[in-house]
Amino acid sequence: MNFAFSEEQEELRRTVRQFLESKSPSGEVRRLMDTTEGYDPAVWKQMGQELGLQGLHIPEEYGGQGYTFIELGIVLEEMGRVLLCAPYFASVVLAGNAILNAGTDAQKQALLPGIASGDTIAALAFTEPSGKWGADGITLTAKESGGAWTIDGEKMFVIDGHNADLLVVVARTQGTSGTDGISFFTVRGDAEGVTRTPLSTMDQTRKQSRVEFSGVAAEPLGTPGEGWPALSKTLDQAAVALSNEMVGGAQFVLDQSVEYAKVRVQFGRPIGSFQAIKHKCADMLLEVESGKSAAYYAAWAAAEDNDELPVVASLAKAYISEAYFHATAENIQIHGGIGFTWEHDAHLYFKRAKSSEIFLGDATYHRELLAQRIGI
Amino acid sequence: MDFRDTPSEAAFRDEVRGWFSEHLVGDFAALGGRGGPADEEGWDVRIEWERLLGADRWVGMSWPAEYGGRALDYAQQVIFNEEYARANAPGRISFFGEGLFAPTLIQFGTDEQKRRFLPKIQSVEELWCQGFSEPNAGSDLANVQTRAVLDGDEWVINGQKVWTTLAHRADWCFVVTRTDPESKSHHGLSYLLVPMHQPGIEVRPLRQMTGSAEFNEVFFTDARTARENVLGPVGEGWKVAMATLGFERGTAFLSQQLGFQRELTDLIEVAQKNGATADPVVRDKLAGHYAGVQIMKYNGMRMLTNLLHTGVLGPESSIGKLYWTNWHRSLGETAMDVLGTDALLVEHEGDGDYHLDDLHQTFMASRAETIYAGSSEIQRNIIGERVLGLPREPR
Repeated sequence: MNFAFSEEQEELRRTVRQFLESKSPSGEVRRLMDTTEGYDPAVWKQMGQELGLQGLHIPEEYGGQGYTFIELGIVLEEMGRVLLCAPYFASVVLAGNAILNAGTDAQKQALLPGIASGDTIAALAFTEPSGKWGADGITLTAKESGGAWTIDGEKMFVIDGHNADLLVVVARTQGTSGTDGISFFTVRGDAEGVTRTPLSTMDQTRKQSRVEFSGVAAEPLGTPGEGWPALSKTLDQAAVALSNEMVGGAQFVLDQSVEYAKVRVQFGRPIGSFQAIKHKCADMLLEVESGKSAAYYAAWAAAEDNDELPVVASLAKAYISEAYFHATAENIQIHGGIGFTWEHDAHLYFKRAKSSEIFLGDATYHRELLAQRIGI
Repeated sequence: MDFRDTPSEAAFRDEVRGWFSEHLVGDFAALGGRGGPADEEGWDVRIEWERLLGADRWVGMSWPAEYGGRALDYAQQVIFNEEYARANAPGRISFFGEGLFAPTLIQFGTDEQKRRFLPKIQSVEELWCQGFSEPNAGSDLANVQTRAVLDGDEWVINGQKVWTTLAHRADWCFVVTRTDPESKSHHGLSYLLVPMHQPGIEVRPLRQMTGSAEFNEVFFTDARTARENVLGPVGEGWKVAMATLGFERGTAFLSQQLGFQRELTDLIEVAQKNGATADPVVRDKLAGHYAGVQIMKYNGMRMLTNLLHTGVLGPESSIGKLYWTNWHRSLGETAMDVLGTDALLVEHEGDGDYHLDDLHQTFMASRAETIYAGSSEIQRNIIGERVLGLPREPR
C-alpha cells in the first residue's frame, strides 16, 4: 500500500503550477470570462506544444503521452486552483474519453491526435434541456437511411460547444428507451444544420452553449445503439476528473481564508484567534483533506480502470461537491463585506463550486446512484 | 500510488489469517466482534482470548523484540487490525494498557520500568486505567489538582479523578498529579504509576446514559506508590501525558474503520429488512455514510503512508478523531431513523432492564466519542492552531 505521489508526479505538479501561475492570474481569468470564447488561444497552444497537457493521458498510439488518470487528476487540480479558463475539460476529459471509450481503433487513430496536440478542440454534447444526467435524458434522435445517419434535436449546457471544431454527440436510435439505443456520433462544429448559441453562465469562467441539430449528417462513433456502457464510463471518469479539479479550488479558498484570518484584526486581535473563525477553518481543512483522499483514490481507480470505478466516482463527486461549495461559502463569510464584492475573487470560486456541484449530477443524485451501485 | 499489498505485506496478511483460522474457534468465534475497549460485554471470554493473543505476542506486536514484541511496522499493525476486524474477533480489552500506556512507557520509561510492566501487559495479567480527567480538569487538563508528595520512599496521593474507564477492573492506573504544590497549569506535574488494589483508593461507578457503568470516579486518600513509579522526570508529567494523548488520537484510530464499515453493513441490512430503504431520505443518508466510511479508509491510508515516510504522526491526526466521531454519531442518528417506531423501545420482551441493542448502543455511546480524548472543540483548536497556524486564543 502506498498513498503518495511519485517524485515524477510531484514534478509535474510543480511545472503545471508554475505555468498556470504565470499564464492564468486573476486578471487574465477576469479578462477571459468577459469574452464569448472564454479562453486564450495562445495559452492553449502553449499548453499543447510546450507542456503536452492535452495529450497527457491519451495513449501514445493515438498521439498522446500515455500517462494515467492520476497525472490527469494532478493537472486538473492545478487548473481548478487558478480557475483556468480553457476548453480542457470539454475537449480532453469529456470528448477525449468518449472517443477512447466508444470509438473503433480507426476512429481513435483519426480523431485523437488532434485533441492530444490541442489543434482540435472537441466537446461532448449529451445533456438536453431536461437537465437529466442519466440515459433517459437522451432524446435527440438518430435516423439511418441507406447507410447514412442524420441527427435531430437539441443539446444544452454543452461545455465549450461554441468553441469546438469537433462535436461528439450522444443520441438515441429511433424507437428505443432507457439505456437501449444510446449512440455516439461525431459532427464538425460548423457542419450544416448545426446552430450553436453561447449561453450566459452563472460561472463565467466555464462557457456553455445550446447546440441544435436539424437534419445533420453525422458519423457514427462505435456501433450505433450500443453506446450506453461507453457513456456511463465516460461520465464516471468525468466525475472523477471534476472531483480532482474541485479539490484544487477548495484548497485555494481554504488557504485564502486562513491567510485572511491571520491578518484581519477586529477587537484588537486577528479574527483567526476567535474560535468562531478558527473552527470554521478547521472544518474546512477536514473536508478539503478528506476530499483530496477521495479524489486521489478515485483517480487511482480510474487509472486502474477497475471494478471500483463506478462506486468511487459517485462517492467522490457527492462528497467533494458539497465540500467545495461549503469551503467557498465559508470563504465569503470569513472575508466579511470584502468577500461579497465583485472585485474579490471569492465569488468566482463560489460560482465555480456551485456550477461544478450541479454539473454531472449533484450530491443527492450521486448518493442515489451510489446507493444503487452498492446494492441498497 | 498503489493500494494493493506489496508481496511482503501479502505474506504477512496470510500469516495473520492463518493464525485467526487456527485460534478463533469455539467460544471466541461465538462471541464474534462484540465488546469494546470501554464495555464489559463477554468479559471472561474476552480476557481469555486476549491472553491467547498475548501468548503469541499479538499483544505488544509493535514493541521492540527486547521487550517481547514483534517490532512490527505501522503497515503490518494495520494489516493485523484489518484482519482482526475481518475475522470478527472479540472486542479488545487492553486498549488502555497496550494502546496508551505501553507506547508512552517505551518512549519515556527506564529499562527497569519497561521490564517490570510490559510483560504483564502482554500476558494480560495486569490491566491499566487512565487517571487524567478531574472534575475541574476536563478540556482544561492542565488544571489538574490531584496532589502527590514524597514521604520517604513513597509518593502519597490525594485527590479525585473522573471518567476513568474500567477503573473497577484495573490493577494499575497512570495518574497525572501535581507534585509541585506551588505550580500552576502544565508546570509541576508528574506522571505516576499507581497500584489500584490498596486502601487509599476508592472506585465509584458512574452510570452513563447508556444505562451501564464503565466509567468511574476514583478517589485517592493517602494512596501510595513507590518512589520509582514515576514515568519521565518529576515535574515533566505534562510532556508525558501529551504523548499518551497523541497515541490516543493517532495510531489507535487507524484501524477501526473496518469495524465501522461492519456497523454500517449491519444497519443497511436492517433497513433492507424493514423496508426503510424505500425511503429516499434514508437512502440518501445511508449512501452518505457509505461515502463517509470509505473516505475514512482513504484518509487513514494517506496518514499511514505519511507515517511510514516520516516516522511521526503530525497534528493532522486530530482530523481523524474529529472525522470518525462525527461520522459515528451521525450513523447512530440514522439508525434511529431506520428503526422508526421500533426506536421507541430498547427491549421488546420487556423484563424491565435497560439493555441496549446494537443500534441503540451506537446511537447513545457515540455521544461520548465527541467528548472524550479531547472534545471536538479541542480538536478544532488543535487543527486551527497547529495545522493551519492560526493565532492562539489570548489567555
